[in-house]
Amino acid sequence: MSQIFTASADTRLRTVLLAIFFALIAGGLFAGGYMDSSYATLVGWVQNQPVPFSHEHHVGGLGIDCRYCHTTVETSKHAGLPATHICMTCHSQLWTGAPMLAPVRESLASGKPIAWQRVARLPDYVYFDHAIHIARGVPCVSCHGRVDKMPLMARAVALQMQFCLGCHRNPAAALHPPDQVTRMDWSDWNKHPETHKLYGQLMVKTYGIEPAKLDDCNICHR
Amino acid sequence: MTRASALPLSLWLPLCLAGCTGEMSQQPRYDSYEPSALFADGKSLQAPPEGTIARDDPDQTRALATRPPMTLALLERGRERFGIYCTPCHDEAGYGRGTVPARGFPSPPSFHTKRLRQAPASHFVDVITKGHGVMYSYADRVDASDRWAIAAYIRALQLSQNAPLAAAPADERSKLAGRAP
Repeated sequence: MSQIFTASADTRLRTVLLAIFFALIAGGLFAGGYMDSSYATLVGWVQNQPVPFSHEHHVGGLGIDCRYCHTTVETSKHAGLPATHICMTCHSQLWTGAPMLAPVRESLASGKPIAWQRVARLPDYVYFDHAIHIARGVPCVSCHGRVDKMPLMARAVALQMQFCLGCHRNPAAALHPPDQVTRMDWSDWNKHPETHKLYGQLMVKTYGIEPAKLDDCNICHR
Repeated sequence: MTRASALPLSLWLPLCLAGCTGEMSQQPRYDSYEPSALFADGKSLQAPPEGTIARDDPDQTRALATRPPMTLALLERGRERFGIYCTPCHDEAGYGRGTVPARGFPSPPSFHTKRLRQAPASHFVDVITKGHGVMYSYADRVDASDRWAIAAYIRALQLSQNAPLAAAPADERSKLAGRAP
């Protein structure tokens, strides 16, 4: 009877096993890299919108408060996309013939809402409530970035679990005075931590926040 | 690792990968603003039928009918709401020189005129509720009690620009007296 395996079979088997081993590592590295890449997190990617609305102009230029348009942010889970007539509060008089605003006028005339493309979106298995974050003084800019510098809206941070946990595990550092919650530029606050050394800790106590419970699964996954 | 335990392990991997289809991330339910194929207008958020009364409507009507007592809390709430909804046109002092009129929107009247100083607080509440001239109604953005708060704050603004010298505390008065023209 002849040999079943040739002399080189052992080497070939080892080569294949080694190749599989490296492929698994490469696959893992690729998957990890992909999940953190801006291609997957959409950070900095501008969506194609029906109207090229500029937060830079309206927030940075005109100084309109976020809540002028996002009216339910203090009272509801959702910040609220403005109804068309909120746009028309000013644009019934300003830029009335601008082709750029044609979809807004059409929407007002027909009653059909403007189909904005969502920029900041959380997966359906995450429960998030804007109202409580605003009431406790987590500024808009913490999650949405400097929208006053965004001519077109893009996601500012990767809305991954580790981002949420960053604050939920250290709530004191995330708290700011609620009466300035829509303020965009906090550079003086960040530059001078000695001026508000105890603010966060004090507010955690005042609000009855229990940091030990804040990273429980069911805080966000319910 | 024995061969017997390797088998279930190799079955686990495809099972875990099956979770990557995104069904959890986009669950079969309607979130606010999500489009829906069920309705002709494509919206999942349908407007309530004509004549529907919201549960808080009676509260809103009641709050609108009577002026709340003047308190510091009311003024502070008024200042905040005024800052959000009024300053783009009326500006922070109420002269009507906001950033939006600067871009060509018809300028609103200043609050510091005889007519508006004499107008009752309910006039401002009415204007916020129903709109006035080119100003849209803010009824959907500013709820009834906040309208009174804004009206109260407008009163404070008016006083701030038209207070008699006698109303200032003594030390402020002496400071001002030195600078009187």
